Amino acid sequence: MELILKPWPWYVAGPGIALVMGLLVYFGKSFGVSSNLRTMCSLAGAGKYAEFFKFDWKSQIWNLIFVAGAMIGGYIAHNYLTESHQINLNPNTVNSLKELGFTNIGAAYMPQGIFGVDVLFTVKGWLYLLSGGILVGFGTRYAGGCTSGHAISGLSNLQVPSLIAVVGFFIGGLVMTHLLLPFIV
Amino acid sequence: MKYFKFLLVGVLFGIVLSKAEIISWYRIYEMFRFESFHMYGVIGSAVLIGIVMVQIMKRMEFKGTHGEQVQFVPKSFSVPRYLFGGIIFGLGWAMVGACPGPVFILLGKGVISILVVILGALLGTFLYGLVKNKLVH
Repeated sequence: MELILKPWPWYVAGPGIALVMGLLVYFGKSFGVSSNLRTMCSLAGAGKYAEFFKFDWKSQIWNLIFVAGAMIGGYIAHNYLTESHQINLNPNTVNSLKELGFTNIGAAYMPQGIFGVDVLFTVKGWLYLLSGGILVGFGTRYAGGCTSGHAISGLSNLQVPSLIAVVGFFIGGLVMTHLLLPFIV
Repeated sequence: MKYFKFLLVGVLFGIVLSKAEIISWYRIYEMFRFESFHMYGVIGSAVLIGIVMVQIMKRMEFKGTHGEQVQFVPKSFSVPRYLFGGIIFGLGWAMVGACPGPVFILLGKGVISILVVILGALLGTFLYGLVKNKLVH
């Protein structure tokens, strides 16, 4: 029990994710979470505006259920399986965040300055979260997949397109983290 | 009931990503600064095991639960689509520290503000659907 309550190391999480992918393939599906965003748009009536959203969304119900399970998993882990919500970070990471003006670094999973409930009452907070979300949604659909579909499923199947996408993920992530974030956070 | 197994696999996914702190904004920031092996270990080991699993399934002409052969549909080749799309996603990933799976796990954890990110991600997907035909693929 002691070990379960502590943060899980990479060599537990990596095989765990591979197991999730393997189970989905075994059930005749493929592991890719971002396609749910398209399904949700279709459910909300986006088919009236673009052909892209006119598809057999019923074939994707299993994936929506999977996401509902992930939410439940997050709830269970947060409330019953975690004794400390602190994140132990590399001291260099902490220092760089201090320079950016962050406080209570690593006190919770998410930084308060970006995700605290109070940011919902500021225009800047909304703009930041909304524009980050738009980039994620637009980018994954343009690239045809996200971390699960390309980095895990695609690379496991040795697909070159997925490798190109993952290189893109990193170019974007590095540019944001090192060049842009200091100005917008 | 045929969907129940997907709910359980989802729960497993949510617990693993939450317990290994993969859904933490800080871990993504740390990863892009190359200051921790954690995320590389997670993705690297998942992919290595995944490669072995996929190869075994292909060679054994593995039959899934419905009796049909498990299919691995390769994506059609293109550079700009995956590169540009990937870069746009990467920019957002480093901003909000979460990709499409973790946003929902974080919601389950009670991070209410992630709803704005989810709203944005839906808007972004919608936007893509609108301009899809004008983009290089």
